[in-house]
Amino acid sequence: MDRFIFQLTFFTYIAATAGYLVNLLTLRKGVERIATWILAVGLCLHTTSIVLRWVYSHHAPLVSFYDVFSFLAWSLCAAFLLFQAGHRLKALGAFVSPVITLFMILSLIHPSEILPLPPALQSYWLPIHASISIISYALLTLSFCISIMYLIQEHHIKKKQLGGLFKRLPSLQVLDTMAEKCLKIGFPLLTLGIITGSIWAEQAWGAYWSWDPKETWSLITWLLYAALLHQRLTVGWRGRKSAYMTIIGYLTLLFTFIGVTYLLPGAHSYAT
Amino acid sequence: MQPKETRRDILLFGVNHKTAPVEVRERLALTNRERPVRYVYDNLPSCQEVVFLSTCNRVEIIAASSQPQRARQEILDFWLKISALEPSVIEKSSYDFSGVSAIRHVFRVASSLDSMVVGEPQILGQLKDAYRLALEEGCSGQLLNKLMHKAFSVAKKIRTETRIASQAVSISYAAVELAKKIFGELSGKKAMLIGAGEMAELAAQHLKTNGIEELVVANRTLERAVDLARSLDGKAISLEELDDALIETDIVISSTGAPGVIIEKDRVKKIMRPRRHRLLFFIDIAVPRDIDPGVNDIDNVYLFDIDELKEVVEENKAERQKEAIKAERIIEAEVIKFQSWLRSLDVVPIIKGLQEKAESIRKRELARTMKSLKHLDEKDKKAIEKLTSSLVGKILHDPIIFLKKGAETENREEILFMISKLFSLNGLGQTVSLEDYMETKGKAGRKSVNSKDAQA
Repeated sequence: MDRFIFQLTFFTYIAATAGYLVNLLTLRKGVERIATWILAVGLCLHTTSIVLRWVYSHHAPLVSFYDVFSFLAWSLCAAFLLFQAGHRLKALGAFVSPVITLFMILSLIHPSEILPLPPALQSYWLPIHASISIISYALLTLSFCISIMYLIQEHHIKKKQLGGLFKRLPSLQVLDTMAEKCLKIGFPLLTLGIITGSIWAEQAWGAYWSWDPKETWSLITWLLYAALLHQRLTVGWRGRKSAYMTIIGYLTLLFTFIGVTYLLPGAHSYAT
Repeated sequence: MQPKETRRDILLFGVNHKTAPVEVRERLALTNRERPVRYVYDNLPSCQEVVFLSTCNRVEIIAASSQPQRARQEILDFWLKISALEPSVIEKSSYDFSGVSAIRHVFRVASSLDSMVVGEPQILGQLKDAYRLALEEGCSGQLLNKLMHKAFSVAKKIRTETRIASQAVSISYAAVELAKKIFGELSGKKAMLIGAGEMAELAAQHLKTNGIEELVVANRTLERAVDLARSLDGKAISLEELDDALIETDIVISSTGAPGVIIEKDRVKKIMRPRRHRLLFFIDIAVPRDIDPGVNDIDNVYLFDIDELKEVVEENKAERQKEAIKAERIIEAEVIKFQSWLRSLDVVPIIKGLQEKAESIRKRELARTMKSLKHLDEKDKKAIEKLTSSLVGKILHDPIIFLKKGAETENREEILFMISKLFSLNGLGQTVSLEDYMETKGKAGRKSVNSKDAQA
């Protein structure tokens, strides 16, 4: 049942993505509103599917790749809708919805069987640590998308190409402020994710920090974001440099999240 | 039937930037006259209504006349008289519309489709001014009132339903639009003007109306800066204070007559740290350029020079041409609507005649009957009175509806003729003229100053 609803969710997300892209091409305002509604419906379906899965499996569905990508897509979708409710950033949907769809695909290509939870993961820290971390990833994804928009818009203005996307994208200053806002919420959550993980590690293995590859890369990611925020707040870094840093930070985050598990197995390998 | 003379036709005579060179236009513009529309009106005895539009790109006489042939000749003679040009020159460089084509032309002018820069907003204001002057002088009447009001509403419709006016097509507008793409809201931002010049002042004005918080004027001679700052409600500084001021500024408009670059790349680079890398937008409209083109390569600094702004303007113009096609469609629909209103005017005297005839019969017969019914009390009398008027109303209802609809059909002349015969309204055609209709409608703007109405 949860699987069926999940597939339904996938198709609503695709429809919403198509709507946002059509809006970007034709500038029809109505289409954007419809796409947002479709996305909201998708989010409700998605929530149902996650809750059902929780009920069936008797533990938080945050264990397998299937689970975490699904939850990441869910968080990104929720963060985006909340963000748009407050700021209505023009054209953001066209950049975020493809990423949501991509996470859904990544989830779908992994097996969805519910396996018994390994003893090491049987702790109430699992839902706390995993959900906080993934929500922080969602917010950092949002700031990544906005930074991409910034770079496109800035390229148009620097090169004086004032057609196409130039007319559709928001102003530079608004994009920069919004990317910062996402960073300012995402970074503390990322920090909290690492701290809860470390407390959990102490309880499970008796050491707060054991330098396994996942932990090392988490630290690298955290340092990058910390440096970026520090530069922004003290020296007033902004604009292109900051956007590039946001993108580098995000790529590192993706590697920590996915790459490390595939390439450098350790305690964090998701149950597959 | 109504004699032809009482029906007014709309006429339009004009020259514009496409048909006539400025040497011809300026001779017809009447710019040296104090009350140009009154002067035109007094010289055209056959025109009952006149609106006179004179701008730098066009001169137009919009008139309503019950003798269009004579009016046309009068206008031509009038133009020959004031311009002292050859008749062939006038004929070649002017256009002459009447009826539908005159209506269409007025709508196109109001909507800025006939302008040199399609979509520019000034023309609507100029037409409104021309109409207001005509009203004040008592030169406009019912027909032109309706035409003008319709033209204004068509212009508004086109403005909201097409994107014809959404593109910046002047340098100063383009600069403000760009600033909005960089900063979003302009409120709270600070602008600086370096040097003086008409275009720079215009851009500064636009920035002010868009919410710029502070304006600083820098000039080589402080005195000039102080003058300009006063007129723009800003602060004056000398060029020596430029660096400090740049740290605080977000938008710089430069237009000095200096022979070389006055703001070098290094100078801007140096101020970026103290200004905490806040975005900085330079608009260089000076020739030769004031600002080192290399400035554009600095992070968070954006520079547009005059040629780049011109390019933006050209692109926007092309976009406007596309929207103009949409606007033409709207105009066609509105012209048809206006035409059917004009036609309905013919029907009005007949409807009025019918109603008057029926009403006078009713009153006469009622009075006669009442004489022999003295014993009735007031309440009964009221009831009988009510009965008769409702009888008359009910009987006339269908013919009136038929007449109103008939005004739209092909054989309306015949229908009007038949109805007036049927109710022997023959005499009425002459006495109930368009003027009477207008008087009874009692619309504003009908001043007794319009002396020609009495003659007509």
